[in-house]
Amino acid sequence: MAAIGVPVLEVKNLSKSYNSFPAVKNVSFELYPGEILGLLGPNGAGKTTIIQMLMGLTSPTSGEIKIFNLDPEKPRQRERILSRMNFSSTYVAMPYSLTLKESLMVFAKLYGVKKARAKIDSLIDQFDLKEVADQPVRTLSSGQMTKLNLAKAFVNDPEVLLLDEPTASLDPDIADRTRKYLLEVKQTRRLAILYTSHNMQEMEEISDRLLFLHHGEIIARGTPEDLVACFEGEDLEDVFLKVAREVRP
Amino acid sequence: MKWHRISAMFLRHIYLYRHSLTRLVEIFYWPLLDLLVWGFVSLYITKISAEGKSTPNFLGIFLGALILWDILFRSQQGISVSFLEEVWSRNFLNLFVSPLTVGEYLVSLMLVAVFKVVVVFLVSALLAWLLYSFNLFIIGIYLLPFMLNLIILGWAIGIITTALILRFGQQAEVLAWGIAFLFQPVSAVFYPLSVLPKFLQKLAMIIPASYVFEGMRAIIFGRHFSLTLLLRAFTLNLIYLSLALFFFFRMFRQVRVRGLLARMGE
Repeated sequence: MAAIGVPVLEVKNLSKSYNSFPAVKNVSFELYPGEILGLLGPNGAGKTTIIQMLMGLTSPTSGEIKIFNLDPEKPRQRERILSRMNFSSTYVAMPYSLTLKESLMVFAKLYGVKKARAKIDSLIDQFDLKEVADQPVRTLSSGQMTKLNLAKAFVNDPEVLLLDEPTASLDPDIADRTRKYLLEVKQTRRLAILYTSHNMQEMEEISDRLLFLHHGEIIARGTPEDLVACFEGEDLEDVFLKVAREVRP
Repeated sequence: MKWHRISAMFLRHIYLYRHSLTRLVEIFYWPLLDLLVWGFVSLYITKISAEGKSTPNFLGIFLGALILWDILFRSQQGISVSFLEEVWSRNFLNLFVSPLTVGEYLVSLMLVAVFKVVVVFLVSALLAWLLYSFNLFIIGIYLLPFMLNLIILGWAIGIITTALILRFGQQAEVLAWGIAFLFQPVSAVFYPLSVLPKFLQKLAMIIPASYVFEGMRAIIFGRHFSLTLLLRAFTLNLIYLSLALFFFFRMFRQVRVRGLLARMGE
């Protein structure tokens, strides 16, 4: 799907250095409503640092981020931004001792969701979590935990969603269903999604556009087909290997 | 039994101490504190015996002190351990990518601390009455300002501990369990300030808890407790709480610059 309309997220000349080590170098991109933008790159390429800066967890060294035309570096604007976006990562969990329902209730309240109970029930249905709804989070399998994380990410009906390897611990069946669900909500709600994954097949299937990062820089951008052609690869996996092994287009 | 496996595990723990200053310090921390506290308690008892005065109400002094000390400890833990709960369950990032502000988060932790304190205090006071016929409420109306002072000091220590854990990560977790006890010897919890050496007495003057425990003893002994001293404790507490908040916000900013917040949550 082509990117249209006003971008919900704009990044201009974003850089981040830790002491003298440049983790992100002069990165610029936009994310549009109804678009899935994939961030691709080997470990240490700067994907996670970019996501952290977008969420205001890490402050940029230089450059500009605008989300809904607001600045996440300004505390009041950050609050407004975060109430309209959400995040899910395989590497982040939910409160272990609470039940699944209680966990979602905490987040529904954090995001100020009206009719929280009804929203939670619909998310539990949507993500097929009914059987474990009253179980403590610590008893969930990694697949159920990932689904709970995704349910949390939809608790406030976000307009922008940041997903960091959301399907990493899912079996192929559930991963496939999750991708289909994301594609569906992207269409129906014009949801903008920034997506990272090391599963190249998944990135090819789900992303409208891709940014290829290496050593903190965007070295290529375009549709999955564009990138494959640009690097003269067989598929995205082949392109990834070429980039990781320092072959430039 | 194979010696190489035993030595491997021994080595594993020695390596741990080699790389962690906090763990190394902890080995000496508790024995030193115990030595100080119980050494001063012994001095106090010896002094009373030598003066040939009638035996004071030790039951009241020790039980009352213990229950009040627990208020400070639970208040501090209500902040720092509640924070650690989020780190241990890897939920920390989820909170800070929600619209929750740092100020709101701290206020919620302070409320958790008060809730814990009230529950623990009521249960302890009831048990002290049932098991030892000791009524803590003989302290009367002073009990409330005493408790409030200890709660505020506990908040301040808890907030500073949490800021240090944020900044230095897992290495600093040990502070959550031990830092409050650093104040115990100079707070004169189980003995009067006069037992302490002069330089520690001076130090105790800037520890708000010392006024609370002196006040408690004065009331249990049937003496008058000065309101001025209580106000001094409140003033010190408000200064410490303000400094703790300032320190936390500063650390939080620094942690964002260094990208440590995300690492803490994963």
